[in-house]
Order: sequence, then C-alpha cells, then structure tokens
Amino acid sequence: MTGTILWTILILSGLGLVLAVVLFFIAKKFKVEEDPRIDEIEKTLPGANCGGCGFAGCRAFASSAVAAPDLEKHFCPVGGNAVMQQVAAILGFELQEKAPQVAVLRCNGSCEARPRVNVYDGLASCRVKASLYAGDTLCAYGCLGCGDCEAACAFGALKINPDTLLPEIDEEKCTACGACVKACPRTLLELRNKGPRGMREFVACRNRDKGPVAKKACANACIGCGMCFRTCTHGAIVFENNVSYIDFSKCKLCRECEAMCPTGAIHGVGFPKPLDKDAVKERIRKRKEAANA
Amino acid sequence: MRKITFPIGGVHPHDSKFAAERPIEVLPLPAVVYVSMAQHLGAPAKPIVAVGDSVKTGQVIAEPGGFISAFVHAPASGTVKSIAPRKDLAGNSVMHIEIAVEGDEWMEGIDLSDTLVTAIPDDPSAIIEKVKACGVVGLGGATFPTHVKLAPPPGKKAECLILNGTECEPYLTSDYRIMLERPKEILIGAALMQKALGGCRCVVGIEENKPEAVKVMRAAIAELGLADIEVAVLRKKYPQGGEKQLIAAVMRREVRSGALPIDAGAVVQNVGTSLAVYEAVQKNKPLITNVLTVTGAMLPAEKQHNYLYRIGTPLSFIIEQAGGVPEGAAKLVSGGPMMGKAIANVDATTVKGSSSVLYLDAPSTVRKEASACIRCGRCADACPMGLEPFLLNRLCKAGDLEALEANAVQDCIECGCCIYSCPANIPLLDRFRIAKGQVIGAIRARAAAQKQ
Repeated sequence: MTGTILWTILILSGLGLVLAVVLFFIAKKFKVEEDPRIDEIEKTLPGANCGGCGFAGCRAFASSAVAAPDLEKHFCPVGGNAVMQQVAAILGFELQEKAPQVAVLRCNGSCEARPRVNVYDGLASCRVKASLYAGDTLCAYGCLGCGDCEAACAFGALKINPDTLLPEIDEEKCTACGACVKACPRTLLELRNKGPRGMREFVACRNRDKGPVAKKACANACIGCGMCFRTCTHGAIVFENNVSYIDFSKCKLCRECEAMCPTGAIHGVGFPKPLDKDAVKERIRKRKEAANA
Repeated sequence: MRKITFPIGGVHPHDSKFAAERPIEVLPLPAVVYVSMAQHLGAPAKPIVAVGDSVKTGQVIAEPGGFISAFVHAPASGTVKSIAPRKDLAGNSVMHIEIAVEGDEWMEGIDLSDTLVTAIPDDPSAIIEKVKACGVVGLGGATFPTHVKLAPPPGKKAECLILNGTECEPYLTSDYRIMLERPKEILIGAALMQKALGGCRCVVGIEENKPEAVKVMRAAIAELGLADIEVAVLRKKYPQGGEKQLIAAVMRREVRSGALPIDAGAVVQNVGTSLAVYEAVQKNKPLITNVLTVTGAMLPAEKQHNYLYRIGTPLSFIIEQAGGVPEGAAKLVSGGPMMGKAIANVDATTVKGSSSVLYLDAPSTVRKEASACIRCGRCADACPMGLEPFLLNRLCKAGDLEALEANAVQDCIECGCCIYSCPANIPLLDRFRIAKGQVIGAIRARAAAQKQ
C-alpha cells in the first residue's frame, strides 16, 4: 500500500521535472520577441478597454503606439494629457497636448417644449425607432429618448432624465471616449472642447426644418433665423440648412449669440454668472450704432 | 384543382377581406395635391416645373434622378404652389410639389375612353420606352421602376412572367377588385410585358380565397384568346406575394441568396402594375391613379371602400371622404397589417405605392410585453426564407456582423412571420432590419473595394 503511494509520487514528480525542463527549452527556443515598452505603456493606461481611442483595447493601443512614427493618431481620451505625457516619455516623443473634451447633447427638446404626437410601442432602442420613423414628436432630428447613449456609456456618465426624456451628461464622469457619439442614430451627441475653466457655448439643436415647421415641433428649436450668425463678430458660427453650429475653436465666449437667440436654442455652460441678456443686447446695439456712425 | 404554394415557412393570418364586395369608387379631386419626389425605389426625381407654373393633368413635373428612378406626372391640373420639403407618413422631410387643383384638364394625346385596345405594338423597346415615360413603378409595394425590370441585363432571359394577384396581405382588396373589374386590361398589360421581355410564358398567381377572380381572369383569357397566359391557383398562405416565394410556388425554383429573380428566369409584376402598363402603352396615360382600400374590422360594410384615387391626394382627405377615423381605431396603417407602415402623420400624401388606409384596433396592434426566448423554434418554422430568427436575434444583440452575414440576415424579406409566430412577443424583425442594413452595407463596401 505505502509502496503504491510512494511510486505514484515519484513517477509524477519525475514526469513533472522532465516536462518542466522540456518546456523551459521550448519557451527559450520559440520565445516571441515583444517590445518591452508595450507592457510599460499598457501599465500607464487606464485599463478600461473602452475603445475610445479607436483601438480594440488598451493593449492594442499600446502595440500600435510603439510601432507608430509619432503620437498623432494615438490619444487616450480617458487618461487625457497626464497619461499621454507618460506614454510619450516612454516612447521618447514630444507630446502635443490636446484640449480636454466632453460630450454635449445638441437637443433641448424636453417633453414640455416638444409635445408627443403619437405613441411608440416598439423596441426601446433609438436605433430601431429611427429606422422605423421620425419619432413620436414632430421633430425628425431630435432626441428619441430611448437611451442608446446611456447603454453605450461605460463610465455611467449619461442618464436619461425621466422628466425631460433627454440624456444628461455628468461632466465629472465623462471621459470623452466617444461611445455615445457612435451610439446615437441622430448624431446629437458631440465631443467638444471643455473650454477655459469649463465654459463653453453650443447650439443645442440640429433641426434642419424651416423656422415655422421647427417651431411647431419644438418650442426650443433653432428656427434658422440666422440672428446668431449675424451677431457673431468672431466668425465662429456656421449657418447651414436652417440650423446654426458654433465652431468651438473660434468661439470667444462673448455670449452675444446666446443673448440674441429668440428660442433659447443656444446654451452656455460653466459660466460663473447667469447671462444678463438685456445688458448684452444693449452692448450689441451700441456697437452697431457706432459702426453706422 | 391543383393548388400550389411555396415550400418552406409561412403563416396563416385571418384574411379579413371586409372590402372585397365593394366596387371601386372614384375619389373626388381634393383642393390641393402634394406630389412626392421620392415615391419610387431609387434616386428621388428632380422637379422640372417652377412655382407659379400651370400644369395639366398627366404633364411631366419631375424627371428621373438616376438610372433607378422614375418620371413623376401631375395628378391634376392647376398651379404649382410650392416646391418644398414636407413630412411623409413616417414624419421625415421629403421634397414635394404642391399643386392647387383648378379643374381637371388633361394633357392632349391621352386616351380617356373605355375602348379596349388589343393590338400589341411590334417593337419591344417602344413598349419599355413608353412604360418609362409614363413613370410606371411596381405597385405591389416595393415601387421598383418597371422599365428597369422589363429590360434584363444582357445574357439573361426571362422564361416566365409571373403576374402577382395573390394579395396575400390580410385586409387589402384593391388587387382583387381590379382583377374583377378590369381583367382584360390587366391581361393585355401582361401580353405587352411578355412582348417587351422578348416572348415568354405568363402565369397569373391568385390565391384560393379569391375564386371569383380566378373565374373572371380565366374567362377573360379565353375571350381574348391569349394562349400563353394561364392562371395558377395558389394555396392561401402568407407571404405568398413575396417575389421569391411566388417564384418558388409557380416555377418550383429557388432564387439564390444575393441573386435577382431574373437569374432564375423569372420576372414578377403585380396585377396593378400590369394595368398601369396597359394604360401607359395603349392609352398613353401616365401613372397618376391607383386603387386603395379603406378598411378596418370596426367599420360597417358600407364604410369599407375601394377608391380610385389620384396619386398625391392627402391621406387626411381620403380619411375624411371615407367618414373619418372610426371609434376604436388605435393605429392607422398604410399597406397591409403584416408589412405596412404605421401612419405617424395623416397630413402626409399618397404615393404611387399607397394601397390602403387600414384601421387596426388596440388588441390586434398594441405590442405585448416581451419575455424570454424558450427556443420553441416557431419562428424558424415560420420563416419563408429558411432563416433562424431566434439565432439571428442573439447575434444582433451581440452585434456580431460576421456571424449575421454567415447566417444570411441579408436574405430577410421583412415579412414579419417570425414576430407573428413568436409566443414570447420578442421584437425579432425590429433588430433584423438594422442588422440587414449594416450587413448589406458591409457587403457593398467589400464589393466596391474589390473593384478598385
């Protein structure tokens, strides 16, 4: 009895030893040479594997970054400049710092402003809803409210507000990975520069219908009056297809467009003081008078 | 009587043909018509009139915007009020020409008499030209330009023209009524298409629940002495009127995945299209009228209608003429209950393919809550394309496009048999539609990359 146990232990240990030696030599012989910097870079990355950089995950990002001639096409939106500084140091590159970005919703058609005109009882998915028809409001461009963006966000930064049926973005949690931008069938979410001290201006509407049609669909719609376009002195407003868009690289945050907008479709975020519309309008009027004189 | 049908799948919804005994009535002209520029498959048409122009009934007001596109004609005479985007029945903006109707003055050269013109022109290309010039598109639902279908690519030959008189969708009766009331015109239209296709046999497929139509069509064939046209009686099964299903039923042939009916030697045309071809070639009348059914289970017999309407008449006008939306209607549908589209906007206009205004009550249309798949396999039994909807649904959720393509989601004909048969009320088709679009997009992108 003891003999059997002893022999079993001896044979199995011997087998283990022999195989270990064989495996050791095989591993030596067929070793895959990998750039050690890949591991180093991967360690510095957040490890969320969110895909916001455009690669399949953090490891894929690291292997691609090692082979790249510069870091132009590689940026980890989650880690931001701090992480990219470390990555650049490992690779010996000079880092071009990017302005931090955040997702913004370009629709402000809350339930109150945009009445529902029919009932949708299909699958609760924006993509499905958009494939069937223009939606349960008269606006064919606005938020469908089924929460595809909420489901796509890996960081819990988006939540559909049950009162407005619009998603709300938690600026602290948003990493600008762009998952929501891809999830929205109406491309209502956009990554925009956070702006100096978090201040930014944007048009919260994408309705391309003519004014009266847009207005009938939603009280908060951009009606394509072009007032902001005519007011802006920085050339930051692109006015096309009955809707305005603010180019954040040119916007100087003077808030004149916001003050002049008749429907409140232009939103200012992060400003320390609420907008005094009358004061801004007065300023514009005086400037125009001076120009005329 | 030998009854044939397609071999796999299919469901048997109640046919609910309430309007079958109601003769076709001519709908009066509305005060304003809105003519959509995107009422056919393919590129939208380009308007060639300007605001303020006066147009006559049957005048060309827009020309094709591409190879697969069609001419559009004025459905009534009057003045062009505007050319602007307007909401279609799904609520999306589409370019429309608005015409304020002033009387009904037709273009010269259009034969409005009832005399039957039986002489078939000798030149096939002249027939196709005429069909194209008159803006004829497939009236079975897909609105594919007919002249493109009648000119198969070189090297391919049509062996059989199948006239689709199955009307397998429940409720709809417009095709049935035209078969009863205008059988000779339909058959001459078929003979014209046979000529255009270079001579082939023709089979008219009619489902067994329309024995009157079978009788009338057979009598008309005998009277006209058309030797190479026959009527096939099909067993009642949805979706018999699907192009591929009809070919399988009539010719016992399967159209390969990704292939066109012409590859199997078949050309399928709806009976309504055939009538439009007759009117275009023999009467020089463009496609500006069609027949539409106004029906619903809650409507009394006298409120069921089959209307001959001018294409461009607003839906709201038709609803008003038919006595308004009945009590108990929970959903308005344009088309049949299986494949039709919900009307989200009653101010939308009718288009060439409009076949009905259907009122559905809440129990038959409101979706029940979905529960988990129990793998009963009913959807796989029901699918007429031999797909496995339960598997496709899982793949759609996972977003696995490669596996979806391998499992042929692109072959889905969107007939809705899977949803209809699912005991767990899973919205199967909703997901497939999107996956199908993505897979077809990927296939096209690959083909384009290969070409370069």
